[in-house]
Amino acid sequence: MSIATDTYTRRPAADTQGWSPVCPLEKLEPERGVAALVDGAQVALFRAGDELFALDNLDPVGGAYVLSRGIVGSRGGTPTVASPLHKQVYDLRTGACLDLPGVAVPRHDVRCRDGLVEVRLRREG
Amino acid sequence: MNGDTTGPGTAGGDAATGGRVVVIGNGMVGQRFTEALRARDTDRRWQVTVLAEERRPAYDRVRLSAFFDGVSAEELNLHTPDDGVELRLGEPATAIDRERRVVVTAAGEHPYDAVVLATGSYPFVPPVAGRDLPGVFVYRTLDDLEAIREHARGRRVGAVIGGGLLGLEAANALRLLGLATHVIEFAPRLMPVQVDEAGGAMLRRYVEELGVTTHLGVATTALRPGADGAVTALELSDGRTVDAELVVVAAGIRPRDDLARAAGLELGPRGGVLVDATCRTGDERIWAVGECAAVDGVCHGLVAPGYATAEVVADRLLGGAATFPGADTATKLKLLGVDVASFGDAHGTTEGSLDVTFTDPATRSYAKLVLSDDAKTLLGGVLVGDASAYPTLRASVGGPLPAAPLALLAPAGGAAAGAGALPGSAQVCSCNAVTRDDIDAAIAGGCADVPALKACTRAGTSCGSCVPMLKQLLDAAGVKQSTALCEHFDLSRQELFDVVRVRGIRTFSRLVAEHGRGRGCDICKPVVASILASLGTGHVLDGERASLQDTNDAYLANLQRDGSYSVVPRIPGGEITPEKLIVIGQVAQEFKLYTKITGGQRIDLFGARVDQLPQIWRRLVDAGFESGHAYGKALRTVKSCVGETWCRYGVQDSVGLAVALELRYRGLRAPHKLKSAVSGCARECAEARSKDFGIIATDTGWNLYVGGNGGFRPRHADLFATDLSTAELIPLIDRFLMYYIRTADRLQRTAAWIEAMEGGLDHLRAVIVDDSLGLCAELEAEMARHVAGYSDEWRDVLDDPERLRRFSSFVNAPDVPDPSITFAVERGQPVPAGRARPVAAAAAPDGEAPARRRQPVTLGLPEVRR
Ligand code: SRM
Ligand SMILES: Cc1cc2nc3c(=O)[nH]c(=O)nc-3n(C[C@H](O)[C@H](O)[C@H](O)COP(=O)(O)OP(=O)(O)OC[C@H]3O[C@@H](n4cnc5c(N)ncnc54)[C@H](O)[C@@H]3O)c2cc1C
Ligand code: SF4
Ligand code: FES
Repeated sequence: MSIATDTYTRRPAADTQGWSPVCPLEKLEPERGVAALVDGAQVALFRAGDELFALDNLDPVGGAYVLSRGIVGSRGGTPTVASPLHKQVYDLRTGACLDLPGVAVPRHDVRCRDGLVEVRLRREG
Repeated sequence: MNGDTTGPGTAGGDAATGGRVVVIGNGMVGQRFTEALRARDTDRRWQVTVLAEERRPAYDRVRLSAFFDGVSAEELNLHTPDDGVELRLGEPATAIDRERRVVVTAAGEHPYDAVVLATGSYPFVPPVAGRDLPGVFVYRTLDDLEAIREHARGRRVGAVIGGGLLGLEAANALRLLGLATHVIEFAPRLMPVQVDEAGGAMLRRYVEELGVTTHLGVATTALRPGADGAVTALELSDGRTVDAELVVVAAGIRPRDDLARAAGLELGPRGGVLVDATCRTGDERIWAVGECAAVDGVCHGLVAPGYATAEVVADRLLGGAATFPGADTATKLKLLGVDVASFGDAHGTTEGSLDVTFTDPATRSYAKLVLSDDAKTLLGGVLVGDASAYPTLRASVGGPLPAAPLALLAPAGGAAAGAGALPGSAQVCSCNAVTRDDIDAAIAGGCADVPALKACTRAGTSCGSCVPMLKQLLDAAGVKQSTALCEHFDLSRQELFDVVRVRGIRTFSRLVAEHGRGRGCDICKPVVASILASLGTGHVLDGERASLQDTNDAYLANLQRDGSYSVVPRIPGGEITPEKLIVIGQVAQEFKLYTKITGGQRIDLFGARVDQLPQIWRRLVDAGFESGHAYGKALRTVKSCVGETWCRYGVQDSVGLAVALELRYRGLRAPHKLKSAVSGCARECAEARSKDFGIIATDTGWNLYVGGNGGFRPRHADLFATDLSTAELIPLIDRFLMYYIRTADRLQRTAAWIEAMEGGLDHLRAVIVDDSLGLCAELEAEMARHVAGYSDEWRDVLDDPERLRRFSSFVNAPDVPDPSITFAVERGQPVPAGRARPVAAAAAPDGEAPARRRQPVTLGLPEVRR
């Protein structure tokens, strides 16, 4: 698989799976990420402002599962996370890397229902 | 002129053909000549031999005194090896045989097609009785300075004969060596050549306040030996005697023209090798540059005119038509911490010239401008105490005044206003002959800051006094040198620090709402986190603050390449009991951690998962360890050498001091990490001079060094204060650190901070020693608060379930270890298991394939040869 092409992350969810409940909303700290295991996949969940975001936890540049531990912020109006390894900044909404053209992390669907955070993985078809 | 051995252009060695050039002298100007010739001689017409009397290649004589500030001989070096140049060290020329066209040395003969005399000057020593006694020195070479330092050991009083520029510089050196210092000057004022009477009086007040005793208007009549045969006293022409166990003679210099004289070349009216404006002697094959040259009869004792002669001869040897442009005798110096500048016709010797003088006893500054009779043209001037207007004024000599005289002289006023008003032809950097037009062209060509201007025009790379003006010209050109932290704050770190401190702001959200915009980012958030921590506002992981921390601070451990963390307990001073060593070993064994002794004299345990960190720290804290803050921009280690307790050379308890310092400053958050070391004697086994603050023991106390750095751009620390008692040392370090924390930029180590500081080390001394800003008490109080408020971050986490909650790999599976962290075994220890290279690396921005490969280390296996 190649996640270095942004057609992949832009593609709408091909094979939709069900939503998996992850944890109560209050377990997500404001302006910070956490990692979650969803169907054996590592997902980085972020709560920034009043929005939720989910990306793969794998830093595609550094190769370690650490994105959830990056600093959350904004660039221009875009909500972002900076990899804790080498500080590349990613768009939380799309997973696109704002510093390296052509680099992106897969994003996943996330929502909050009845105080419960749920994730739906998007997997390559 | 006499003695032309060949007619113009008759043999090899003229401009067209080149040949062999022998350079006599490898001082500052000889070196510059050689470089200039090599740079221009692209088809290698000249083969260069350099004969050097000194055993060292050329060094920066202008900065010679920095040697006593701890700058090493290597750092002063100016010479870069060049395979087109044969440098013969320690082989002085003894004669020039113009008949046979050879330069003679003790080792042999060097045939020439051209000779460049660059022999410099020798110090003039008045013919007084006792001038050859041991303990009497001159001040010209590194060897001289080494000898002075050696002789000063264990001695208490020194004297300098001569109160000029060089004499005062030598006096400062003796002070730095810890000697009570006298200056004896024949003229009725200090620096008679550069400053006038009133300026001299102001200077004298400064100098005497520093504890230097001046004796003006008297001559030294004899030097007297003591029982050991070395000098012990000076007799003065007024009948008085001054006790001194070390004497430096700085009574002027004389050009070294003996080779030329013996070769029958003509000399200048006051000595020096007579040359015309092309720097050629009467013999068309022989040239002279630098201090030994009497250009049209006048010798110049400064480096800038010397460099100009070097450029002229390099040009001429390649067929150019350069002539000596005339000398700028302007000088600006920091003498004993006092700014002194003199430029142009400082004494008002021009017909009908007018003086404007300005004396301000409050700021203790004196200034004089010499104007033409119509008061429109600036001819020269003298500044003492505050020389901030110097660069602008010097560049304006001979032209219209950039502003009204008083506006120019008012403290700090005119300088900035003035630079923009300079004419294009004004020389901004006189050391390197760079005009305002040159600078403006460089700016137009894209230079956007001072380093770029330096690289592109060479301005500011010698004495540095024009650097402020480079900044002003950038400003004048509308190049904004932004200090904004990032897109979320227009303030610099220093301004943010003040806002937070003065307004008592305690949260990032309030700060960004009131003084910034947006959500923050990985630049401003850690900065604010650090500022809040420096101000002692509670645990770094409490409340909103947790979200500001870089991952290292967020988990109080260092993130590794595989997503695991390392653990570094504090081992103050590197001293550890066997019991504690055993605990570290047991913890490493139990949690299967890779174990390594760090370069900071402590032990690093690698490969811990987030969820293991609290368990590991529970064990460590119970055994009496605390956080080593290896993860923080904070105090790291205070390294020590074993010191007087065991070492046969040690003169103080270096381990004891290192431990005390590490415990005092542990947990102190700063703009960047802070490192220190204490050595028990001058052998310096703890490498204190590579630290942000380093301490080296002396027989009677401690020497404090600041601003050292290892790492990316190594820099030796500067000697800041000498022979301090422990009680004197601590408040100085307190102030130093707190002033750094308040004013440095983000991620600026102390070395870069001091280098960027306007006024540099002297400013720093003024602030934290002389309390020029009235800050000292505040800084000390802040440090006292830090010391009193310290508690171990890891213990505080273990004691608090709320904080502990964060240490799990997965929010929905706290008990599942991170499956991506796996290990292989290397040399008997766990290491991150090899994993395929991450995919995205293939998409590096420039499209290059990732070339980096780990090199297998297979010592012992035979190499495969083809
Ligand atoms: C562990 C250690 C190497 C070792 O195995 O010996 C080390 C490891 C790291 N050093 Fe270092 N440095 C270590 C001693 C040094 C030293 C030597 C010393 O302190 O005497 C230096 C040069 C001295 C100096 O700082 O002036 C040093 C200069 C650096 C620099 C360059 C700093 C600079 O000013 O240029 C960095 C990068 C930075 O901080 O921005 C760095 C950064 C790092 C980082 C934090 C890199 C990173 O971001 O991950 C490494 C953390 C590894 C970890 O998890 O602990 N490390 N590093 C040493 C820990 C010492 C300790 O006990 O705390
Ligand atoms: C302490 C101090 C501070 C100074 N501060 C300043 C300052 O702030 N600003 C400024 O402009 N200037 C300053 N100067 C002056 C400046 O250093 C000189 O102008 C400059 O070094 C002159 O360069 P030079 O090459 O002509 O002579 P030097 O640098 O003296 O070099 C001459 C070299 O020739 C060698 N030599 C002599 N005879 C022979 C021979 N027969 N064979 C081979 N080699 C020989 C000598 O050993 C020496 O190494 C200072 C000087 C000193 C000592
Ligand atoms: S030198 Fe480089 S690789 Fe080695 S510890 Fe320091 S930062 Fe890491
Ligand atoms: S004036 Fe000396 S470096 Fe520019």
